[in-house]
Amino acid sequence: MPVTITPTGTEREHGRRVEDHDHGSGRRPPIDKGDKRTGGNGDGDNWSNRPQGRRGPRERLRTYRLGLFFALASDLMFFVAIVSTFFVAQNSGRFNAYNHYINEWLPTTIPPVLWLNTAVLLISSLTVEIARRRMFHEQFVMEEWFGLGRPTSRRAVPFLLATVFFGLLFLAGQALAWKQLAVQHVFFASNPSSHFFYLITYTHAIHLFLGIGVLLIALYGLFFSRQLETRQILVDCSAWYWHTMGVLWVFLFALLAFFQ
Amino acid sequence: MMTPRSAAELSSRQHPFRKSFLVHALFTTDHRLIGLQYLALAMVAVIIGMVLSLLMRLHLTWPDRVIPLHGPILPEDYLALVTMHGTLMLFFVMTTAPQAGFGNLILPSQIGSRRMAFPMLNALSFWSTALALVVLLASTLVAGGSPISGWTAYPPLSAVAAAGPGQGAGMDLWIASIALFAIAATMSSINTLVTVVRLRCKGMTWSRLPLTVWGWFTAALLSILAFSVLLAAIVLLMCDRHAGTSFFVPTGDLVNGSLHAAGHRGNGSPLLWLHLFWFFGHPEVYIAILPGMGLTSMLLANFARRRVFGYRLMIATTLAIGLLGIMVWGHHMFVAGLNPFAGTAFSISTIAIAIPSAAKVLSWLATTWRSRPSYTTAYLFSLGFASLFLTGGLSGPILAQPILDQYLHNTFFVVAHFHLIMAMAGVFGLFAATYYWFPLVTNRLMSETLGRWHFWLTLLAAYGCFLPMHLTGLMGEPRHYAQLAELPGSAANRLLAPTLPLNMHITISAVILVASQVLFFANLAVSWRRGLIASANPWQATTLEWSPALRAHSHPTSDGDLAPVEAFRRPCHYWSHHNGWHFLPQWDSADTTEPKSE
Ligand code: HEM
Ligand SMILES: [Cu+2]
Repeated sequence: MPVTITPTGTEREHGRRVEDHDHGSGRRPPIDKGDKRTGGNGDGDNWSNRPQGRRGPRERLRTYRLGLFFALASDLMFFVAIVSTFFVAQNSGRFNAYNHYINEWLPTTIPPVLWLNTAVLLISSLTVEIARRRMFHEQFVMEEWFGLGRPTSRRAVPFLLATVFFGLLFLAGQALAWKQLAVQHVFFASNPSSHFFYLITYTHAIHLFLGIGVLLIALYGLFFSRQLETRQILVDCSAWYWHTMGVLWVFLFALLAFFQ
Repeated sequence: MMTPRSAAELSSRQHPFRKSFLVHALFTTDHRLIGLQYLALAMVAVIIGMVLSLLMRLHLTWPDRVIPLHGPILPEDYLALVTMHGTLMLFFVMTTAPQAGFGNLILPSQIGSRRMAFPMLNALSFWSTALALVVLLASTLVAGGSPISGWTAYPPLSAVAAAGPGQGAGMDLWIASIALFAIAATMSSINTLVTVVRLRCKGMTWSRLPLTVWGWFTAALLSILAFSVLLAAIVLLMCDRHAGTSFFVPTGDLVNGSLHAAGHRGNGSPLLWLHLFWFFGHPEVYIAILPGMGLTSMLLANFARRRVFGYRLMIATTLAIGLLGIMVWGHHMFVAGLNPFAGTAFSISTIAIAIPSAAKVLSWLATTWRSRPSYTTAYLFSLGFASLFLTGGLSGPILAQPILDQYLHNTFFVVAHFHLIMAMAGVFGLFAATYYWFPLVTNRLMSETLGRWHFWLTLLAAYGCFLPMHLTGLMGEPRHYAQLAELPGSAANRLLAPTLPLNMHITISAVILVASQVLFFANLAVSWRRGLIASANPWQATTLEWSPALRAHSHPTSDGDLAPVEAFRRPCHYWSHHNGWHFLPQWDSADTTEPKSE
């Protein structure tokens, strides 16, 4: 089907890559089918031997994913440190003036709403994964790349919105849990165990809050970003971030629920 | 040969409208400019840090002198000086300059790339670091002044505002600054890692990477693991200070004469902070030194016109040092109440790290052995690095034995050790890097005459300053101790009286050491505009940053129409043939079958 294309800014930029079939809305975007190392399209050579910036449709995506991976690895160390201190504090005590050994740790009973929150977070992982996969559906990606509307982005938006909704729901649920604990007079400063309950749920909530921010940026990008590839990267990376926070929460939740 | 175009010229080509140079420089995402910004920041920090160290030395030698505009240096002032000196030097000089400064300036072109992976993130990292520096320096202005708990911020001193002057608002600012710094360092390391993994040019296989790149890469790996643990520790410390927790100070502890109880609950222990802090702290010193080690290997080989002895082995030792580096943190805690069995384990792992370190030194020796090097200033500073690393390293296995550390911990013996192996060696690495890469930035050479004076004065003064500290430490001079003499009736003063002549010697050397740096700054300033014009590859180097294709262009974006870069071989390919030295740079596509060396 012949398609008339008015040259866009991208196309006029001298960085446009003709050999990557860049007709103006970016070079060929990554799709879900196959993870090819070679070009095809009469281009049988090994992509990783090409100059940087021309190594196939997945090049930019992989770069951003790798950056995210390192960031998450670093973030995980943060939680490793906190969880280690959890166990240290749980198992340490002190001698008081009468030479009695005292361990002040009083296990914090978690509010049952956390179970619900966990379920909500898992569901949100599902919705964000659907959105992510929809960004790479071959047929729609090709249409969108050719300039025939934005079918890919359009199909991802509802699921991103749903993820934001479930994310907010989770945060509201966490707030409810903090309220319930406060009613029982369990505060941050009450006890070594409650220190950790609040510390862990707060830091995780901050991460999730940032995650919602990232999702909103991705949503914004779906409407206003020029290149399909950029939109895909935005959704892909925020989805992986979201998944990681979900899995992390499952572990933290298990810690708080069963290892008090 | 293309001539390098100026940044302004390039930017006018890139941007439809011309920004003023200042705006361009401030909001740049060009990795080279960001590298220079980092170096400028480190320069500010090092100058302040040097002045503070001089004040400490002068106070130790002439305790009664009064500082103009300030008055006498009180003991708490001395501790504030130590804290600010250590924090500035370690974080804002030795972490930023080698890793982020030269890393940004040089790393991309050494792997054949024209950009860093995430330019915006790069700028963000720099500005966060700059903000962190401002916050740190602001602590001198608040009530109570700068904190006094050292760069290691041990509780209870760091956890309780009442513990001393500077431990209130000053400590809060310190904490904020370090938290910001940790985040910035993590972001910058992510950028480094992704750049090395993803942006290597064609032919730049892992085993062809210059050893400098391996140094940056390993240091970045350590950074992303270590700095977030520091961040976690700092969050806990903040909670102890402001949220009524007690992670690091047990309830009922007596701090500065008052009971630390009200509102704080917990079984906290300072030992926990030590574990968390040193899990970061030890890798931190390797983050500071690994880039210098890589550079030393490369420069020694380049000026000696020799292959790096055991290239693959050097890659392996770099990684091994990184790996072992995260398993030795307990050697800072032998006298802190560590389980003796843990002490033994940490002692063994620490002595094990001597093996890859010794392999490095041996490789440096073997590379230069019986070569006929050209003694440029950059080469001299690399030799100096090797020398200082060796001298400082020899006291490592001594300190690594718990039984000896019982005595030596918290004496000047330790100060001598870490200043030689980390501070001075690290700074020598920075000097070598500056003399070596200066032409890349300015197209001019730094003055070799001034450089040689600078080298010899710095080397002699550094040894003159830090070697005798071993002796005063053995004689019992403690660290973090404000006054050695002239306190009438003080038993400690009587004990330390025999160290005074040596301390005088140390202080005089320190003054010479600091004064010699004037030569360096003068050299920089003069050579920037009037240095000899450098040839395209003044050191006959083999690594890609000197390749014409990469020197011609420095802008990070759109490399669509630029000459492709390819690496054809390992670096350091030299041989002598008939009447001269020959070399094949990494970018030269000539047949790799080399002529027999004679
Ligand atoms: C101009 C040369 C230098 C001199 C004369 C000097 C002198 C000193 C002195 C007198 C102390 C205090 C020892 C004590 O009383 O406990 C000290 C501590 C320290 N210095 Fe330096 N120093 C110099 C350069 C450096 C450099 C380049 C570094 C970079 C890593 C550095 C890192 C440290 C550290 C980490 C401490 C420990 C601070 C603490 O205990 O919190 N120094 N230095
Ligand atoms: Cu250490």
